[in-house]
Amino acid sequence: MTTTEEATTVIPDFGDDDEERKICFICSKGNLDMAYPALIMANGALSEGVEVDIFFTFWGMDMINKGTWEKLQFSMLGNTAMHMPGSTKHIPQGLGGLPGMTAFATHMLKKQIADLEVPEVPEFMQMLHDMGARFWACKMSVDMMGLTKDDMFDGVEDIINVNEFIELSNGSQVIFI
Amino acid sequence: MSVATIAGHEVQIDEEGFMTVYDEWDEEVGTALAGQIGIEMTEAHWKVIRFLRSDFAEQGQTATIRRVATVGGVPTKELFTLFPKKPAKKMAYVAGLPKPAGCV
Repeated sequence: MTTTEEATTVIPDFGDDDEERKICFICSKGNLDMAYPALIMANGALSEGVEVDIFFTFWGMDMINKGTWEKLQFSMLGNTAMHMPGSTKHIPQGLGGLPGMTAFATHMLKKQIADLEVPEVPEFMQMLHDMGARFWACKMSVDMMGLTKDDMFDGVEDIINVNEFIELSNGSQVIFI
Repeated sequence: MSVATIAGHEVQIDEEGFMTVYDEWDEEVGTALAGQIGIEMTEAHWKVIRFLRSDFAEQGQTATIRRVATVGGVPTKELFTLFPKKPAKKMAYVAGLPKPAGCV
């Protein structure tokens, strides 16, 4: 019995010889809940050996702007999927507009994320940079917002225009958030 | 589920080849598993593998890259050098543990 099973020794396929795969994320939103999807997917992609570029544009600039990246917020407004804790009952939209509600919702979401040992945005960006992700800032957004490279996370490679982005994303899978 | 012979030890493996029984692993087995995927073990590799083993014994799940970096104290960049391209899965494989279940 053992001799036949010995012959079945399986070595996992880690895809070392697979063709290089590339994913480009476009981050266009600066809400806390819209910052995380790209970060989490990029982390997964990098740990699977996939090359990752992230292009930040419009409100997504807040994710790499050192003045704002720690202060991203989550609003209940416009989010009809907000439920009472532990229930499927919807929270009335009007409540989201009450003073202090955005701060409260942001605090709750940050706590839930921290409970899963997922880092806050600045630490997450540094981790992705360490894993080999490349970050790019959108030229038009930078001009519109009056920013310079000094305002941004050191891990940002460069400020590039859309033509350069289209060029560098050649052959990549592109995910717009 | 099948049985494989790794470094003279009979061990249970799943369909992908990951070991499934924590106590069937020892460092000799780890060295052989690493060799099968082209990794030559050094002290730096063992630091990671020993952390994964002890963390699994305490937590009941395989540490993610972030946990190895923040709790195990091995920088993320180094993990990509030691276990190229897919460090999370390769570390788990060499340590005789399941692939990490967490996302981050």
